Amino acid sequence: MLGRVRRPFRALVVGFVPESADLSADEWRRGEELAERLLSGRPGRVRRQVTLLILALNLIAAARFGRTLPALDPSTRSRLLTSLQDSPLLLVRRGVWGLRTLAFLVYYGREQGRAAVGYRASASGWASRRSPGTGAGEGREP
Amino acid sequence: MRSARCDVAIIGSGAGGGTVAQALIPLATQGRRVIVFEQGGRLEQAEFTGIETEMAESLYEDGGGFLTEEGTLSLAFGRTFGGSTAVYSGTSLVPSARVIEAWAVPGLTHEDLVSRCERHAANNGVHLLPPEQINDNNRLFREGCLGIGLEAEQFPVNVRGCRGASLCNLGCPNGAKQGTDRVQLPAAERGGVEVVTRAEVRRIGDRRLVIRVERPGPGEKGAASAWPAGEYSVEAPIVVVAGGSVGSSALLLRSGLGSALPRLGEGFTCHPALILVGEHEREITNDVGHPKSYYLDRSVEERFVLETCMYFPFVTAKNLTGFGPDHSTMMRSFRRLQMILALACDRATQGNRISVDRSGRPRVHYRFTPEVREALAAANRAAARIFFAAGALRVHAPLANPPLLARDEAARIAGRITATAFIPGKTSISAAHLMGGCGMGSSPTDSVTDSWGRVHGLPWLRIADSSLFPDSLEINPYLTVMALADRTANAVLEDAGRLLANRGTGLS
Ligand SMILES: Cc1cc2nc3c(=O)[nH]c(=O)nc-3n(C[C@H](O)[C@H](O)[C@H](O)COP(=O)(O)OP(=O)(O)OC[C@H]3O[C@@H](n4cnc5c(N)ncnc54)[C@H](O)[C@@H]3O)c2cc1C
Ligand code: SF4
Repeated sequence: MLGRVRRPFRALVVGFVPESADLSADEWRRGEELAERLLSGRPGRVRRQVTLLILALNLIAAARFGRTLPALDPSTRSRLLTSLQDSPLLLVRRGVWGLRTLAFLVYYGREQGRAAVGYRASASGWASRRSPGTGAGEGREP
Repeated sequence: MRSARCDVAIIGSGAGGGTVAQALIPLATQGRRVIVFEQGGRLEQAEFTGIETEMAESLYEDGGGFLTEEGTLSLAFGRTFGGSTAVYSGTSLVPSARVIEAWAVPGLTHEDLVSRCERHAANNGVHLLPPEQINDNNRLFREGCLGIGLEAEQFPVNVRGCRGASLCNLGCPNGAKQGTDRVQLPAAERGGVEVVTRAEVRRIGDRRLVIRVERPGPGEKGAASAWPAGEYSVEAPIVVVAGGSVGSSALLLRSGLGSALPRLGEGFTCHPALILVGEHEREITNDVGHPKSYYLDRSVEERFVLETCMYFPFVTAKNLTGFGPDHSTMMRSFRRLQMILALACDRATQGNRISVDRSGRPRVHYRFTPEVREALAAANRAAARIFFAAGALRVHAPLANPPLLARDEAARIAGRITATAFIPGKTSISAAHLMGGCGMGSSPTDSVTDSWGRVHGLPWLRIADSSLFPDSLEINPYLTVMALADRTANAVLEDAGRLLANRGTGLS
């Protein structure tokens, strides 16, 4: 479903999570699979709205700045998203919130995204933090 | 459509349904057929991987992000064997006399609820974790509270053999957390109660259910249902509905009971909650150890409760305000983050309710009252003070504008955090304590059931879950759900002889 709007969608993801600019093709594929899965569980109406919203943002960018989302420089893209996030229209705010959620899913929903922030929770819990010399915050296991 | 028959049908296997299932073992022992119908699947222990995206999809309705009609609040509730108890944190509190007396349900006393809660707490192995199992995230909350002159209380939790995986809300990978999936349902099955999973009750007719049993989808976790896939018409002289606040209300509404029961779907509350984080200079133990050990109850004074919490990267990212470099910087300090959940004690309010769309799917309508916004702002201020008192360098408070507060702003918290920063649709807010929709009371004009879960005018139809709450509970609700379900089960046992013999209709 995102295939039809892949370029502007990726530009939005990078706008929300700047470090996603460095994702490899494989990592993008994995992240987009997660977003597709989430959307596939939603009613068709919601899926259509997401596609339309991405296309609309692309058009707004073109009308306001003379360039579509992928061609905008990061700070202009960020200004655009901030202004829409603060829109007086609930519908617009909701739309940006929804896209932002998808962007975070693409980035932080992947194993590498979790590892990138240092997240380590595992079934073995305290036992997994027993290796010697592991530094601050690791020495309090029972 | 295939046909089947049972004596008692229990719809839903969460805190309410699981409790009723165990309490009705005596009927099963007498040869009565008692069946629990659960729409979610039943996972093998090995399928609890702790991976955020796959577990959320397998265990929650809409992956834990069920959106209200206004699109401004996301609701988390379970859709699996064990219902929301498969994903809860297991904090086990008894309700306060103040709240139960304010509910003013004829025939329901605080004393009765407390004694039932205590029995269920013992059944679930509820206890206080010893100090050596409490991680820095929790310890700092307690210290921060002391630092601002307040005393946090320790949550009793229902874990047995907890290894501190910190994955409770993704289903415990160690089987340590005592949900109905671990305690009540296995006991009920040993006692002869049947559990049919992937079985969604579509409609309730006159002592008859229409049920759709599904096959697992490709790659979906969980075993196939005990019944072949297909549509069933199931005769059930006693029906106990325990589909949760949203599920039960929606089921009764799509069954056409709304006109006889004008309060059906009304009175929905949910303790809407915001997540705040404080960034410390050094790494702390946060994603290891039980996530929820302390709380600060300010329900009487300021209409909020603060709880410790620790979420997973995607949920955390979603709940921080904003995006871009500042947001990423906060996420990258994950190992140094302390987290607090700020819950508002909302009130049953006209318009906040559950309805169904034309296909029978639930819709939840929820608007934030000025009181809830103020309570959330007060909760944000208290949490920010606690973080700074615990030594945090920076605090991310969703109701500060901009959301990041530096340590040198600690003295200006009152001016920096206000309810005006709460912007529906922009502020990420969620709720996991869903309550009401089939509230208890005395007659159809004020309620859906009596204090024993008997639906007004339909003696064979009972409710046994969080939908019974006539108003919010102001604390974590599962033990109270079990206590109310226990009352419903008692009444079923008392009336069973009559109801199983008498087939007169109560429906028009
Ligand atoms: C993430 C999370 C953490 C929580 N932590 C705590 C905590 O620490 N302490 C606490 O006290 N409370 C906690 N809660 C709340 C607590 O889990 C709920 O209040 C409680 O489980 C509600 O019980 P219930 O029986 O009403 O509904 P649920 O437990 O949600 O069970 C309802 C079940 O009914 C099924 N169902 C619904 N409709 C149908 C249908 N038509 N046909 C068949 N099946 C159906 C659903 O799939 C579900 O499995 C938490 C909740 C969540 C989501
Ligand atoms: S903290 Fe304990 S109860 Fe929670 S997931 Fe880990 S082992 Fe299970």
